Amino acid sequence: MTPEPSILSPEERQVFQEDTVLGQHRLQEQFSNLEQQTETALVGMWVFLATEVLFFGTLFISLAVYRWQYNAAFTTASEQLDWMIGGINTVILLTSSLTMVLGVHFARLGWRRPLVWMLVLTALLGCGFMCFKGIEYYKDYVENLIPGWRFVDSEWLERGPGTQEAHGATLTEQDVPHVKMFLFLYWTMTGLHAFHVFIGIVVIAGLAVLAHRGHYSRIYYTPIEVVGLYWHFVDLVWIFLFPMLYLIGLHSASEIRF
Amino acid sequence: MSIATMPAQQPVSPAEETRLTYLNVAYGLKSWLLTKDHKRIGILYLLTITVMFFIGGIAISIVRLNLMTPDGRFIEPDTYNKMFTAHGLIMVFFFLVPSIPATLGNFCLPMMLGAKDLAFPRINLLSWYLFITGCGLMIYSVLAGGVDTGWTLYTPYSSQSSHYNVETTLIGIVAAGFSSIFTGLNFVVTTHKMRAPGLTWWRLPIFVWSTYATSFIFLLAVPVLAMAVILVVIERIVHIGVFDPAYGGDPLLFQHLFWFYSHPAVYIMILPGMGVVSEIIPCFARKQLFGYHFVALSSIAIACFSFIVWAHHMFVAGISLYSALIFSVLSFLVAVPSAIKVFNWTATLYKGSITFEAPMLFALGFVVLFTVGGLTGLFLATLGMDIHLHDTYFIIAHFHFIMVGGAVMAYMGGLHYWWPKITGRMYNDWLSKISALIIFIGFFLTFTPQFVMGYNGATRRYHRYAPEYQVWHVLSTAGASVLGVGYVLPLGYLIWSLRYGQKAGPNPWGATGLEWQTPSPPPPDNFPVTPLVVRGPYEYHLEKSQLDP
Repeated sequence: MTPEPSILSPEERQVFQEDTVLGQHRLQEQFSNLEQQTETALVGMWVFLATEVLFFGTLFISLAVYRWQYNAAFTTASEQLDWMIGGINTVILLTSSLTMVLGVHFARLGWRRPLVWMLVLTALLGCGFMCFKGIEYYKDYVENLIPGWRFVDSEWLERGPGTQEAHGATLTEQDVPHVKMFLFLYWTMTGLHAFHVFIGIVVIAGLAVLAHRGHYSRIYYTPIEVVGLYWHFVDLVWIFLFPMLYLIGLHSASEIRF
Repeated sequence: MSIATMPAQQPVSPAEETRLTYLNVAYGLKSWLLTKDHKRIGILYLLTITVMFFIGGIAISIVRLNLMTPDGRFIEPDTYNKMFTAHGLIMVFFFLVPSIPATLGNFCLPMMLGAKDLAFPRINLLSWYLFITGCGLMIYSVLAGGVDTGWTLYTPYSSQSSHYNVETTLIGIVAAGFSSIFTGLNFVVTTHKMRAPGLTWWRLPIFVWSTYATSFIFLLAVPVLAMAVILVVIERIVHIGVFDPAYGGDPLLFQHLFWFYSHPAVYIMILPGMGVVSEIIPCFARKQLFGYHFVALSSIAIACFSFIVWAHHMFVAGISLYSALIFSVLSFLVAVPSAIKVFNWTATLYKGSITFEAPMLFALGFVVLFTVGGLTGLFLATLGMDIHLHDTYFIIAHFHFIMVGGAVMAYMGGLHYWWPKITGRMYNDWLSKISALIIFIGFFLTFTPQFVMGYNGATRRYHRYAPEYQVWHVLSTAGASVLGVGYVLPLGYLIWSLRYGQKAGPNPWGATGLEWQTPSPPPPDNFPVTPLVVRGPYEYHLEKSQLDP
């Protein structure tokens, strides 16, 4: 239980006491105090994120193995992705992590309106990410980058890793399945990540509504802190996804093509 | 039960009759299906896995009947494949993995920690629902034509060749997997944050230590299997993927990912068993557990080692010789913490005042069978030896000694040990001892012949076999029928005890654990007042007056 600060004006004291009562109301029966409940929730989220790391890790290891094995095909396929959109999305997600952490900060201070705004902003940035993702997926659809649905084998025989002037090597028929494999991993990984973003948006929007209704106070804001951890994790996954999927070939290219 | 350790039966007071317990606090199906009480969820798991155990048992009975004759007269080869696959999948994913953690762990862990419940009761209930979803999908897959990939689900067989219900089976496994993850998450967080005042880490019972170690394996290994299996499902549906050589994939990658889970899964099965045995042996030897710190830390060591030995399942699968050598050496390391445990249990028995009640018989059986299984594991960790023994009945015998001789014996022991706590009733003493003996003897009879024929070259998973192995197969089937009797018997007397068993009282074994300090069956909140812990978990050397102030 947070001790009552010693220097408080009468109004502040009243608010603090109301907060304390409100906080007690949030205590679940299996815990002995709010502090224990908060710590438990945080440890629970950290442990869950450890599981998530391994969950995504399986895909990352598969990508790493095959990228090493089928470098030419993976590089070529990677260059067909739009790194510009990926880059914009990276900026958007990083910014949303900032607004989220500011939200947690305001929650800690007990400032309700800034908290609501930050949560709304985070959710909107998440939606922005999803919009760009949608545009990108549509581009992939137009450019025949969906194996099993819209995919033309012969197109790939004219393409090669890096700029063709520099290397001159184009893919052969044997490489085409590996291109499909890269795109398969691209769709699986970004799809799984987008699913996580979607869950995050829904939860954060829910938190914003609850925060607006005054569910949280400086005594009790555990859900905001816990969801914040989750949101940073989703951000962090993208930080790894972006270079591994979009930037494979850039170091070998003689110029960065815009 | 010897008279000396049995506290005198106290006459049941009227207050005791009307006492509120977790069983009578609410009635009706809804009160069970929507419960958040860890004890009730433990019971739900107990019922579910018992059903799954007998389904898996029926599948293997059909297999063993077929193996009575070398030419496979009883069932078709295809049916045979489906039966051993059903047995493997059900027993591993739907019985052994959840057996001790999800039933006994769910029931006992919060009480051993002096807590009112697990940290996240709703997630705990969710995990049971995920589990029965998995069970449902598995049973559906078996009934709607079966699945024939073997429990190892190797690609490209599972991704390309098999035309049976692979998808539903795999989704069932993912559901059960997430149920394990949530259980593990709950246990780790509860152990960290919900301990009673005074309950330091070095005062935790070994059962808590081993469940904690198991939970870590749940958290770090299961997601890998879940994702690998999801990839196989997608691969089957869209015909593009990362495992099938036809699509440029490498089947070895699946094997790596599969064993990255499934090798630690062996320790998911055995570690809680070791925990149960470490509770039972001090109690019935009336001695402090010898080398408590070493036993506790060896659980953690086993959990750590479990993640770096997986490729010893793949020595003949085409991995490089050097990595095989390294994995072989690392596999020997597992023997060290395992041996530490066995020696410490033996030293605990030394000069103890041993009594032979059913839980103790099961625990002693565990120590013997686990040691045999562990030592034969060293044969298989040896690179050269494994090339000879790989995919023979020797392997089958080895891992059944660990999983059935070890894990199931411990599960039965734990069930008998905590039964009075769970139900408040004692079961039939004589029958329970007899059943422990039947299981022990039946087990030896079933699997020792498999060591012999496996060493002589009998390969696993074949519908027909060379006639010279028939005598061993017949012996094994005979043993299996004895084992079957041993498993059905407890079903009878345990159910009988629910109604007609003697009232157990709070602590029928005179045990020192926290869970024995609350009435049996426990009240909904576990403890009338939160206990204050001032002692280690196995202070059996103290006088009775010191234990019950």
